[in-house]
Amino acid sequence: MAAPTNTSTFSKLSGAFAICGLAWAGLQSYIVHSFGFPWFVSLADGLVSTILLAAACWLINNNLRYYQPGKGSYINILIWCVALAAACTAGSRYILPFLDNTEAYVTLMSQSIVIRFFTSFLAVGWMAMISMIWYTQQDQKENERRKTEAERLAREAELYNLRQQLQPHFLFNSLNSINALIGFKPDQARKMIHQLSDFLRGTLRKDDQQQVTLSEELQHLNLYLEIEKVRFGHRLKTEISCDVNCSECVMPAMLLQPLVENAIKFGLYDTTEEVVVSIRAELDGNYLELIVQNPFDPKTSRPRQGTGFGLSGVQRRLYLLFARNDLMETHANDNIFTTIIKIPQL
Amino acid sequence: MTRALLIDDEPLARMVVQEYLQSFSQIEVLQECGDGFEGLKAIQQHKPDLIFLDVQMPKINGFEMLELVDNDDAPAVIFTTAFDEYAIKAFEAHAVDYLLKPFSKERFTKAVEKYLAQAAMAPAAPKPTGNLLETASHSPQQHERIVVKTGTKVKIIPVADVLYLQADDDYVSVFTPEGSFLKNKTMSFFEQTLDPRHFVRVHRSYILSVQEITRIDPYEKDSHLAILKSGAKIPVSKTGYAKLKQVLGI
Repeated sequence: MAAPTNTSTFSKLSGAFAICGLAWAGLQSYIVHSFGFPWFVSLADGLVSTILLAAACWLINNNLRYYQPGKGSYINILIWCVALAAACTAGSRYILPFLDNTEAYVTLMSQSIVIRFFTSFLAVGWMAMISMIWYTQQDQKENERRKTEAERLAREAELYNLRQQLQPHFLFNSLNSINALIGFKPDQARKMIHQLSDFLRGTLRKDDQQQVTLSEELQHLNLYLEIEKVRFGHRLKTEISCDVNCSECVMPAMLLQPLVENAIKFGLYDTTEEVVVSIRAELDGNYLELIVQNPFDPKTSRPRQGTGFGLSGVQRRLYLLFARNDLMETHANDNIFTTIIKIPQL
Repeated sequence: MTRALLIDDEPLARMVVQEYLQSFSQIEVLQECGDGFEGLKAIQQHKPDLIFLDVQMPKINGFEMLELVDNDDAPAVIFTTAFDEYAIKAFEAHAVDYLLKPFSKERFTKAVEKYLAQAAMAPAAPKPTGNLLETASHSPQQHERIVVKTGTKVKIIPVADVLYLQADDDYVSVFTPEGSFLKNKTMSFFEQTLDPRHFVRVHRSYILSVQEITRIDPYEKDSHLAILKSGAKIPVSKTGYAKLKQVLGI
């Protein structure tokens, strides 16, 4: 239920509690003394009452630490407070006359019994209220922490999944190409195995939160493009242009590759001619802009259909990483489909 | 002699099949095709016995290509693809085989031998492609576009361009702003594959796109008439009207 309070807070609170108790005892002794009793009696009265009261406060506090009353059961707390206050008062009433059994003191005791009860009740009630607020707050903090933690885990899992979904078909088709090359061009087969290994290793090594520079990302992208060109070299051409000032820009790892993968698939499967996929990087104010273009056939496909998994995955990742939905846009002009993503530079 | 075609958009993938086929002297590869259009043309021209067919190809996929093949020309089909999500089990019953890339020579040999055994057993038996298509038609792009043949040309109609469909003997007429096209499918096939939020079968012989409706008028007893943006008037049966009301939320 309640969060374990850390030790420094706990000792601070205990200290404050002790000081309150001493002040309370002092005040009560002073009041008794002002009625003309000797200091010994007054101090004994103050100390005994205060120790009893402190015990009651400790009891109610401890009780509330492990049991938070529901909405309807505040009456239970009230009953507890009354009972504890009554016990304190009764304790003082029966213990103190042993120390001073003069008639004057016993009279004072019986006359002040009601006010003793009410002050005890107020003190215990106040303690109960403070405890309740304090422990509820602790609970809330704990819940909040757990919630953020759960959200963080869900987000990580989602990011992980988004990345994983991009692989299998590419992998199987590449293996099939290697299978073909082994037969008549073993050297090329070997080269492609190395490229594929490098690409996969790069993919595995990167975690999603990681930032890489644009030049690193382009290097990784090149491995991917080399492999795709072995498969589709007869139809696929790529153009990469990158402004000099943005090669050191940072971006989330593995963001450009799915974008290009989408453009290649869209281009290759939507037309039968040669396909040129162009990739351009520019710096626009505080944003790194990546522009990917591919041809498509406006007569047979609605641009929306071409977005497929790749783009929605990229958009979702951008949202999870930057909490913004406006970082990706797509345009379809004539027979060119353009995807633009903007990556904020800090 | 078995006459075969290879239809795959990756040259290297075709090369694997060529290489594996070298141990079958009784199979002659007539042509290699890089997409569904070429494949269709080659099938019409050569009328092969067997085709090796990839699924994911430019413009029209392997299933869509098969839909356009005349039943008389229909060859036996061995699918070769990296995608295993097209309900392999269902296909296996009808296609000769379904090879997942990359496949081994042993696996490939098994598939070809299966074909050869089938061909030897029942040379005159009806070819399986027709059956295959009936059960296998839920290919990936099926709910996004309809592929039809007009004369010798292939036309791809995005589903968003479809105004309505009308039953026409054994065919279905697909009405678009550019005119109507015949497709050798049944009404219930379209009722199942098209998105039910956008297409409603309002009558035994009609399926219409709800976005095209401008007005619904009462017409005779129990029936209605839907007026489309294009001006076409489509009869709506009693049960069709109930379905339409549900989709439109009225």
